[in-house]
Amino acid sequence: MSNQLLSVRDLTKTFRVPGARGSKAKLSALDGINLDLARGETLGLVGESGCGKSTLARTLLMLERPDSGTVSFDGTDPFGLRGKELLKFRRRVQMVFQDPYASLNSRMTAGDIIAEPWRSHRTLHPAKRDRDTRVRELLDLVGLGAKAMDKYPQEFSGGQRQRIGIARALALDPDVIICDEPVSALDLSVQAQVLNLLNDLQRQLQISYVFISHDLSVVRHVADRVAVMYLGRIIETGPTEAVFDRPNHPYTAALMSAAPKLDAAQRGERILLKGEVPSPLNPPSGCRFRTRCQRATDVCAKERPPVALDLQVADHTAECHHPLLADQSALSRSA
Amino acid sequence: MTAVAEHVPAERVDADPALRVEGLTVDIRTITGTVRAVDAVSFAAHRGETLALLGESGCGKSMTATALVGLLEPVAEVVAGSAHIAGRDGLADLLAADRKTRRKLAGPELAIVFQDALTALNPLYTVGTQLAEPFRIHHGMKAKEAKRKAVELMARVGIPQPQERMKSYPHQFSGGMRQRLLIAMAVALNPRVLIADEPTTALDVTVQAQIMALLKSLRTEFDMAVVLITHDLALVAEEADRVAVMYAGTIVETGSVAEVFAEPKHPYTKGLLDSVPVNAERGAELKSIGGSPPDLHSIPEGCVYQERCPLAREICRTTRPPLEAVGARRKSACHFPGEVKNV
Repeated sequence: MSNQLLSVRDLTKTFRVPGARGSKAKLSALDGINLDLARGETLGLVGESGCGKSTLARTLLMLERPDSGTVSFDGTDPFGLRGKELLKFRRRVQMVFQDPYASLNSRMTAGDIIAEPWRSHRTLHPAKRDRDTRVRELLDLVGLGAKAMDKYPQEFSGGQRQRIGIARALALDPDVIICDEPVSALDLSVQAQVLNLLNDLQRQLQISYVFISHDLSVVRHVADRVAVMYLGRIIETGPTEAVFDRPNHPYTAALMSAAPKLDAAQRGERILLKGEVPSPLNPPSGCRFRTRCQRATDVCAKERPPVALDLQVADHTAECHHPLLADQSALSRSA
Repeated sequence: MTAVAEHVPAERVDADPALRVEGLTVDIRTITGTVRAVDAVSFAAHRGETLALLGESGCGKSMTATALVGLLEPVAEVVAGSAHIAGRDGLADLLAADRKTRRKLAGPELAIVFQDALTALNPLYTVGTQLAEPFRIHHGMKAKEAKRKAVELMARVGIPQPQERMKSYPHQFSGGMRQRLLIAMAVALNPRVLIADEPTTALDVTVQAQIMALLKSLRTEFDMAVVLITHDLALVAEEADRVAVMYAGTIVETGSVAEVFAEPKHPYTKGLLDSVPVNAERGAELKSIGGSPPDLHSIPEGCVYQERCPLAREICRTTRPPLEAVGARRKSACHFPGEVKNV
């Protein structure tokens, strides 16, 4: 894609954690992640707790350093940057947090919260008058109005707080915003307002979103492309419609079928997965999903699964020995 | 409430409900004055069915549950209402029961599953001890026999290797397994009524599906009435037979889930359904309800929903609409139920 903004190849991250009897164990949080993000695009990241979504998000924000793999952001590798160049990069990737209560300092006014990023990025709005004008603009942009400037977070509702969090992320004029469950703490009626706002902002400002959510109906609504994670790997990725409507990986199919659906017409037969996600301290050999997979055979325990390309939909890939769309898939060893 | 039987599934029309709540009203004392968190809530739950109490945070749905099981915080108080449970020894009013009676009812007649299994279980006792407790207290079983029952129970709710896991502590289980343990404790004495307060909110979707399947099979096996408290419309659509939609401490609409979701008769229900990004085109503007729920300190006179309602007019500001029949088995607290479809 010509508009490619972010490209991640073979990213690996392992944490050393205390193991049995004082030993060290290796927790493999990310294991060979590939992903791409275009300008103005929304990538939905779905998966269950412990699958590595948050570690991936933290790595993209450069809060974690990967063990191996490459990240290319607009042509440069952010992990090779230092000093001013690094600061410049940090400006371009921002985050909106899940909890609008914990993520705002209750001793600062909304205006101060939004202006705080400029204390690190001094070149952006050096004059105080500029800053106030810009804060008002940002407050207007997120639908709060300039009056909100002097109020404290506790004077706002959950949805309004999340708007402050979004305004703070926008303050540095970023290219990418990582939204980590941005609406899951909000009530349904308010959730829709915030989703609409994120959508409007993307249209106006051409921001890219990495949108992490466990709510599949929300992801379906906002994402252009979806990546499904399981135990540190992206096991299926592709255009949103393709991943939702013709899942190729058995885990994706199970995940989609497990989510309750409002519309009876969308309910298929529910695939109940057995057991729970294995520990990332000791992931299964071969295919990581095989211990819970109905289609698993001997080969799944021995060999890492190949990439199954969907022959009908471009860019729709899954990692599976026995893809669901077997007769419409081409298996290939290399990505 | 004579109209109770009208929502009952056909085969149960003659039976009395397992739980009948009438006019339940709960006040909370705060520094800035007393607020009414639950305002004259009435509903009935029948054995073998799931009734959903649906609403957003602060609507009073959990407070209703806590009042029924008698676990209200000291600042909250039931000021009116009754909650009759059709127990093995006839009708008993939960709200009027003294401590001794309530203790007798808790477990064999009424049980609750909480959202947060980690705080609901005691971290200092093994799960075996905790699961055996209901049998020892209510059936006077000896430790050994009670433990044997506890193992059976763990196996029934799908905990692998129950015999070995008896000696584990709650923190050694995953979230889904802890929820299974809570459910096991709740159904241990085969209650008539099971209240499930957001039982899967903290869980991943694949685990949620497992837990909901378990609850459903236990409901059938023990012929329980399940009161499912949730904010998740899709969960209600899939799991419940009937629904009571709550807003600002009151029930604004009741009826069968199929009918209410297909054609809501209250603008709030309609607004909620429209906020779900289910059929909306990707990236299209979602319909949302403007504003936010009223502060409990200043609930308006007249209709509780007037400030956010597109249908609101003069009568809504002066007169609170009663929860009245709007069709064969449905009720709505709206002055203009016929206009909701145009919203």
